Amino acid sequence: MSADGCGAPAGGAPASAATDAGAQAVVQGRVTRDGSAVAVGYARLLNSGGDFVAEVPLGEDGGFRFFAAPGSWTLRVLAPGNVRAERVVSADTGKITELEVAV
Amino acid sequence: MSRSDVLVDADWVEAHGGDPGVVLVEVDEDTSAYAKGHIRNAVKIDWKADLQDPVRRDFVDKAGFEALLSERGIANDDTVILYGGNNNWFAAYAYWYFRLYGHDNVKLLDGGRKKWELESRELVTEVPQRAKTSYHAQEQDHAIRAFRDEVVAAIGQDNLVDVRSPDEFAGRLLAPAHLPQEQAQRGGHVPTAKNVPWSKAADEDGTFKSDDALRALYGDEAGLDFSKDTIAYCRIGERSAHTWFVLHELLGQPNVKNYDGSWTEYGSLVGVPIELGDGK
Repeated sequence: MSADGCGAPAGGAPASAATDAGAQAVVQGRVTRDGSAVAVGYARLLNSGGDFVAEVPLGEDGGFRFFAAPGSWTLRVLAPGNVRAERVVSADTGKITELEVAV
Repeated sequence: MSRSDVLVDADWVEAHGGDPGVVLVEVDEDTSAYAKGHIRNAVKIDWKADLQDPVRRDFVDKAGFEALLSERGIANDDTVILYGGNNNWFAAYAYWYFRLYGHDNVKLLDGGRKKWELESRELVTEVPQRAKTSYHAQEQDHAIRAFRDEVVAAIGQDNLVDVRSPDEFAGRLLAPAHLPQEQAQRGGHVPTAKNVPWSKAADEDGTFKSDDALRALYGDEAGLDFSKDTIAYCRIGERSAHTWFVLHELLGQPNVKNYDGSWTEYGSLVGVPIELGDGK
């Protein structure tokens, strides 16, 4: 992925999990249905006030990743068939917070 | 200008996407999305490889835009329907860009790729073959493009709308939360700018809110003075193109510019004023 553009990671989400958060507060994970990846859908990140902050399309493996600020966030998943799922998650600098969302 | 002049819905695209004189164009942030599946008959424009100068930080010039559209088989009198991912961020950017070079017959698919996908509508991998054209562009219309000096001059005078997320506005993040945090040298916002995140103009399915809701959002809630000129900015000018579309095309505000240099330029300038903290 390019460092100077606004491009999302190839496929809209990471194919492999990040191994080092560095100075970032990473929130990432995978969306599944009956144990299989949900490859068509979107992950939205909302702040503690419920306002939209960012959105990525799910990757082939149902994966998503956000570089958030430290604090509490809500992750909302949208998928075809009016599927909605939400998880509250907390992010910390230098840490990768992993989520598995079954819909 | 009414909504039907600048927006089409998915049913219209299904019925007319293959009509002569109609060209569907997908423009994505994730430039690999098109290859995985796109609306039938849609061609692709890569917002970066096709629309940016490969060396300088600027757009391709008039001749470059003419060569691009000619190669994609887009004629001057074609109706261009743009759509893309992430709530049409980059499609709105391309819309503004087409208008910058004088292509007026251009519309957005309301809801973009997301609504289309969430409704499980058809996506194909077949790439349409279009005959080349001889496209003629106009000179750039700077009535809709702002440069840095105009932004500095607008502080405390005109409407400045910072359409980034509240954390970016306050200086806590330097980029949207789905991207690594790098870019401008300093965080914060242009003094006197109002923070109206672009996403407030869209519903969850990516479609634009009603004119009344939009007018209330920017007017009553954010406190924009509609009698004044407006400059919208974000980080690199694509989210603010979405807001430019709302203010200029949907609400019919006459003097609205998109500052494509945006925070990556402003936040790296030497000597300009910067404000930190949350919106008021």
